[in-house]
Amino acid sequence: MTLDTRGLTAERCIQLLDGREISCRELVSAYLDRIAREDGPIHAFLRTRRESALAEADALDRDGRSGLAGVPIALKDILCTRGEETTAGSRILAGHLPIYDAGCVTRVKEAGLIALGKTNMDEFAMGSSTENSAFGVTHNPWAPDRVPGGSSGGSSAAVAAGFAPLALGTDTGGSIRQPAALCGVVGMKPTYGAVSRYGLIAFASSLDQVGPFALTVRDCALLLSAIAAHDRCDTTSVEMPEPVRVPDAETLAGVRIGVPWALLEQGVEAGVRASFEESLARAEGLGAAISEVALANAEHALPAYYLIAPAEASANLARFDGVRYGLRVEEPGDSVADMYGRTRAAGFGDEVKRRIMLGTYALSAGYYDAYYGMAQRVRTMIRRDFDSAFAEVDLIATPTSPTVAFGIGERIDDPWAMYASDVLTVPANLAGLPGISIPSGLADGLPVGFQLIGPAFAENRILEAAHALEQAIGFDPVPPALRVTA
Amino acid sequence: MSPEARWEPVIGLEIHVQLSTESKMFCRCANRFGDEPNTLTCPVCLGHPGALPTVNEGAVERAIQIGLALNSEIAESCLFHRKNYFYPDSPKAYQISQYDEPICSGGHLDVDGARIGITRAHLEEDAAKLVHAGGAGGRIAGSDYSLVDFNRCGTPLVEIVTEPDLRSPEQAVAFLSLLRNTLQTIGVSDCDMEKGSFRCDANVSVRPAGSDRLGTKTELKNMNSFKFLGDGMAAEIVRQVEILDSGGDVRQETLHYDPATRELHARRSKEEADDYRYFPEPDLVPLAPPRQMVDRLARELPELPAARIARFRADHGLSAQDATDLNASPRVAAYFEEVARESGDAKAAADWVRNQPAAVGLIPAAGLAALIRLIATGTITSTIARQDLYPQLERDPSADPGELVEQQGLAAIGDADELGQMVDQVIAQNPAFVEQFRGGKDGVINALVGQVMKQTRGRADARRVQELLRERLTV
Repeated sequence: MTLDTRGLTAERCIQLLDGREISCRELVSAYLDRIAREDGPIHAFLRTRRESALAEADALDRDGRSGLAGVPIALKDILCTRGEETTAGSRILAGHLPIYDAGCVTRVKEAGLIALGKTNMDEFAMGSSTENSAFGVTHNPWAPDRVPGGSSGGSSAAVAAGFAPLALGTDTGGSIRQPAALCGVVGMKPTYGAVSRYGLIAFASSLDQVGPFALTVRDCALLLSAIAAHDRCDTTSVEMPEPVRVPDAETLAGVRIGVPWALLEQGVEAGVRASFEESLARAEGLGAAISEVALANAEHALPAYYLIAPAEASANLARFDGVRYGLRVEEPGDSVADMYGRTRAAGFGDEVKRRIMLGTYALSAGYYDAYYGMAQRVRTMIRRDFDSAFAEVDLIATPTSPTVAFGIGERIDDPWAMYASDVLTVPANLAGLPGISIPSGLADGLPVGFQLIGPAFAENRILEAAHALEQAIGFDPVPPALRVTA
Repeated sequence: MSPEARWEPVIGLEIHVQLSTESKMFCRCANRFGDEPNTLTCPVCLGHPGALPTVNEGAVERAIQIGLALNSEIAESCLFHRKNYFYPDSPKAYQISQYDEPICSGGHLDVDGARIGITRAHLEEDAAKLVHAGGAGGRIAGSDYSLVDFNRCGTPLVEIVTEPDLRSPEQAVAFLSLLRNTLQTIGVSDCDMEKGSFRCDANVSVRPAGSDRLGTKTELKNMNSFKFLGDGMAAEIVRQVEILDSGGDVRQETLHYDPATRELHARRSKEEADDYRYFPEPDLVPLAPPRQMVDRLARELPELPAARIARFRADHGLSAQDATDLNASPRVAAYFEEVARESGDAKAAADWVRNQPAAVGLIPAAGLAALIRLIATGTITSTIARQDLYPQLERDPSADPGELVEQQGLAAIGDADELGQMVDQVIAQNPAFVEQFRGGKDGVINALVGQVMKQTRGRADARRVQELLRERLTV
């Protein structure tokens, strides 16, 4: 049979496999064939691994499978895969073959999920549009002239375009939730520490977190349950206090949802706001109690984030020096310092250089207290704001992104406008909290994301509420342009 | 006034101690010296993208043991920081170290009655080893290229920083010797300077005698023996005094002492000022050693050299110098105590162990003790013991000294008649000496004693021989 992967959920894939209606090979082939046919103009993938994926599918067909085994998945190219090129979207790592698998990749393999390939991203996850990739721009499946969001834009576009039912991304300041919103899919940033960061090429270590993309909240929970675990190689990781459950809530009865209205006063597009308010009304209709919460310091989140993240990045990216792996650029007679300079000048893109300079400056003697130190104090205040808010409400809701997908090239020369894309997602990263984005409808024909943030390790609470709301919204995740083609 | 009277040296030390753990500080690679280059490596210690550190509990325990031995306060919670710098020996381009919240703060070590303050002791990882190849003498200047061995990269270090409490190179060396002995006694490091597991930098300044202000200091880098360290500090003090005496100013700089030429060389100054941009290591949660662990390590701490020196003096009546010498290392101290116990003669045991360092670890304590007892009972002379029996024990450590004495007839000549005959014989054979002695040249008696001793092959007591000679010659 020819399988149509558009809108095909992981749960449906499991049903088809469990019922032996299709083989793993047929399922994997269907996705790989669609990628081969359709990914040219979208460019969600940097690389696919057809031979390996089919061999893994054959092995499952031969030896038997259960659970998620045999379901395809796309991996953001920032996650190390042993012996398979991993670039973090950077020229400086072109051709880099890691000698080990990332912790979450090991979990994915143990679950029997079949990696189809590596997805495009902003270089070192720095960006909100996937335009900062050294390997070309990714286009939004809903509108090819628009960005898919970022930095995990390849993963969100892949799920939206029916190239994979599941994908992994990373979220440092919104890099899962924002592209999920812009591509009309579900994306979740788990609590900091819920998923191992081992083998995630670090951008900002105290903020980075791996998380799932999917078409539905239930699929999202399935993937999260497979990857969430303490990893002894990442001492900041922990075991979840309770296992992740696949949600089945139909109402929001008794759920208290707080909205930080003050945060939405500026920069939120009318269409986004309308969709958000409509979703709130639906939540109320499902029994939720909506109230206002104060996140007094959330307005300072963006400046604090753009000090902390670049500061950590400036140290994390210093290792790319051309000595041991990746790109090396040198001329005859160069000293080691000359070689460092040439390699880094040629290997890093503009946005990465900008953040390395920002971060180096913020950590410099004499400036540390005023910048990095101050940003850390703001971070503590934001964490406390969330603590007091969660004493009154169960969840906090905001739009995920203040705008729908913007045009390719529109913000690339205006860093401040680009950074503003993260204003509603960054606070959860600074506080280490879990957040999900689900599609809440369309504005101007483009998807709008609805974000729910919960207390640390309240993933199940978020998933249940998001699932109930998702059912009420009834969003069709297949982009219109893809509905008419075969 | 002499320069020594006018100027007072002020010395502070920074000591890097390589911990004798099974594995490295932040990964599971073996912590071993001497393997093939770049065979003890993994993604973590090579700084591969995405790799993360995990703290070695064994290293934490050793750092706490060091803090306990130095009377430091052990932090309930402390932090690792990143120290950022670009150099090929640093694969992450930062060193994971500790900054303003070290695991051990404060403390002291008493050396010959002087209390030397400890500022702090903190955990960190070592850098890779650079080998400068081609060109001259293994130095970076003039070499054609450099090789990097990452086996050492990421091995655990404790850096111990002292207060500027030391007042002379001799005192600094005595402090280092006691510190090394202390660390060896608690078993945290082999402290082998040649292998680089005990490295010392010295901050040296001088100030007018009686002043409590600190002068401008220079840093003497990484000297690999106590002797060079002492010589280097002495040379630097002379240099600074000469500068100050001629009205100049000491420049703050880093110096190298060349033991071959006995000269100090300024290291080529770096083009940019050091700014390590320290910030808390986000990949590691704060380190909070459990109270029970600290308590257990405190209970298990063995007797420390400072206490042992005091005990040797009190229990065995040894001089300060003897007690200190016998604490040069835990092995020497333990050997001395065993010999002293077995022989029942601590003073003789002290003399023997101090004068025959080769005996430690070679001759069983029981053997040396038997030798000492043979002297004490008058069975053999000390000359026989030193010149005849001890060398035999070195060649055959398991031999029984009592049996050797019997087999080889080495017992002292106790019989007065036998000795008297030999004395008479020597007097008869040396009329010239006898005449000189009788003519008032008293020193000649020694030549006659020597003759008798030669005939007895050392089996006589020299004092007794002299007595017999005098009796006969003065009649």
